[in-house]
Amino acid sequence: MKKISVMLTALLLAACTSQTMRATGDLGLVIERADGSALIVETTTHTQLARVTGLGDLSHASAVYSRDERYAYVFGRDGGLSKIDMLKGSIAGRVIQGGNSIGGAISQDGTLVAVSNYKPGGVKIFDAETLALVADIPAGSKTVGLVDAPGQKFVFGLYDSDEIWVVDMSVPASPAITKFTDIGHQPYDGLITPDGRYYIAGLFGEDGMAMLDMWNMDAGVTRILDGYGRGEKKLPVYKMPHLEGWAVADGLAFVPAVGLHEVLIVDLESWKQVGRIPVHGQPVFVMARPDGRHVWVNFAVPNNDTLQIIDVATRKLIKTLKPGKGVLHMEFTPRGEQVWTSVRDLDTLKVYDTATMKEVTSLPALKPSGIFFSARAHRIGL
Amino acid sequence: MKTPMARCSSPKRSNALPRAVAIALLIIMSAFPVAAEPSSDRQVELLYFLKHDCGSCHGLTRKGGLGSPLLPETMAGRSDDDLTAIILDGMPGTPMPPWRALFTEDEVRWMVRAIKQGTWRK
Ligand code: HEC
Repeated sequence: MKKISVMLTALLLAACTSQTMRATGDLGLVIERADGSALIVETTTHTQLARVTGLGDLSHASAVYSRDERYAYVFGRDGGLSKIDMLKGSIAGRVIQGGNSIGGAISQDGTLVAVSNYKPGGVKIFDAETLALVADIPAGSKTVGLVDAPGQKFVFGLYDSDEIWVVDMSVPASPAITKFTDIGHQPYDGLITPDGRYYIAGLFGEDGMAMLDMWNMDAGVTRILDGYGRGEKKLPVYKMPHLEGWAVADGLAFVPAVGLHEVLIVDLESWKQVGRIPVHGQPVFVMARPDGRHVWVNFAVPNNDTLQIIDVATRKLIKTLKPGKGVLHMEFTPRGEQVWTSVRDLDTLKVYDTATMKEVTSLPALKPSGIFFSARAHRIGL
Repeated sequence: MKTPMARCSSPKRSNALPRAVAIALLIIMSAFPVAAEPSSDRQVELLYFLKHDCGSCHGLTRKGGLGSPLLPETMAGRSDDDLTAIILDGMPGTPMPPWRALFTEDEVRWMVRAIKQGTWRK
C-alpha cells in the first residue's frame, strides 16, 4: 500500500514537472480584436495553447514581452494595460491606465513598461513587475511611435504638436526629458532601427520623415526623404501604414509610401531614396525576414487580401499570395523559416514556409489582428 | 427612385392621383424599406466595414482613436448631410480619407444612420 502511494506521488510529481518545465521561447500571442481576447500559440508544432479573455477593447492592440519571456504586456484601446502569463494562460495583472492607448514599450533592463495615449495624451510608465505607476508624462498631445532605446530611454512622437521627446529613465524617480520641436507635421508613427541608433518618425502632414540619431542627439532632428512623392497625385490613405519592424536589409530600408502603391527603398548611408517598387496596394506593414533576404508586404483596404514578397538582392517582386480578405499582420518565427499571418475575415491564421512561399498550415482564431512572438523580448524597439 | 431625394418627391407627384390611391400608395411604400437602402447582403458588408475598417482609426467600439469618437451620443446633433459629406470627401489636412471610391452616396447615408443608431454595436 505504502509503495503504491509513493509511486503515485512520484508519478504525480513527474506529471507536474513536465508541465511546469515548459519554456516560452516558441510561444506567441495573437490578438483577437473583436472579442477582447488573445490566443497563446506555440510555433514549433503550430498549436493553440490557451485563450485569454477579458482584455478589453483591442482595436489596434500591441504587445511587448518581459525579458524572461514569461509575460506579455498588452496595450488595449480602452487604456487597459494587461500583463499576461504565457505559461498559465491567464491575466497576471491589469490596470486601466488611460482613456485610449495606442502602444507601448518595455525598457532596456525590462523593469519599466511605458504606454502612449491618445486620450488624455502623454505617456505613462509602470513598474513591469507590479504595474504600479512610476512616472506620468503629460504631453498635451496624442503620443505615437513609442519605442525603447539603449540607455534606459523611451522615445515617442507628439502628433498634435510636431515634436519628438526622449525620456531617460535611468533614475526612475526623475525622468529626464529632451524635447525636439518642429520636427515636421503630424508624426503618426515611429520606429527605431534594430541597432537602436536611429529613431525615425513618419509624417502624415507632409512628405518626408524625421530622423534622430541617438548617438548624436545634439545634432537634433534631421529631415530625410524630404519631398518624396511630392507633386504626385496621392490616393486617399485608407489605413495608416505602420513603421514598426521597418525592414532593414543589406544597408537599405524598405519603407511603406503614404498614399501610394509603392514600397520605397532608402539607402541607410545617405538617407536618400534610391528606388521604389510598385506594389499591389498601399502598404501597411513592410517587414524583413529575419535574415534580411526577403521583405513581406501587406496592404490597406480594399487590397487587403494580398501579400507580396520582395527579393532584397534584386529589389524585385517575386511573389504574390492571396491568403484571403483582411490580412492584417504577419510575424516571422525567430529565425524566419516560417511566417504567421492573420486573415481577419476568414477567422484564420495562415502559416507560410518562407522558402517555398507555400502555406504550411492554418489555425482558427477569432478576427485575428496583431501577432507577437516572444522572441521580441530580446529585440530593441519591439 | 435611386436617391432619397427622388423618394421624397414621389408622394408629391402622386398628388395628381385621387387621394385614396395616394394614401394606399404611401402605405405600400412605407411597408418597404427606404428606397435607396442597400441590399441586406450589402448592409452586412457595410456594418462589417464600419466596425473593423473605420474602427481601425475610430476604435472598434467607436470611442475614438486617431479619429474622433463616432458614438450615437456624439453624432446625434449632427446633420446627415454633413456627416455624409465628411465620409464621402474626407477631411483634408487630417488622416480622415475620402471614401467616395469605395461607397455610393446611398451607402454612406445608410452608414450614417447606422452610426447614429449604434447599429454596429450588435
Ligand atoms: C486612416 C484613419 C481613418 C479611417 C480609416 C477613418 N477615419 Fe474617420 N476620421 C479620421 C480622423 C483623424 C478624423 C478626425 C479629423 C479631425 O477632426 O481632425 C475623422 C473624422 C471622421 C468623422 C467626423 C467626426 C466629427 O465629429 O466631425 C466621421 C463622421 C468619420 N470620420 C467617419 C468615418 C467612417 C464612416 C469611416 C469608415 C468608412 C472612417 N471615418 C474611417 C480618421 C479615419
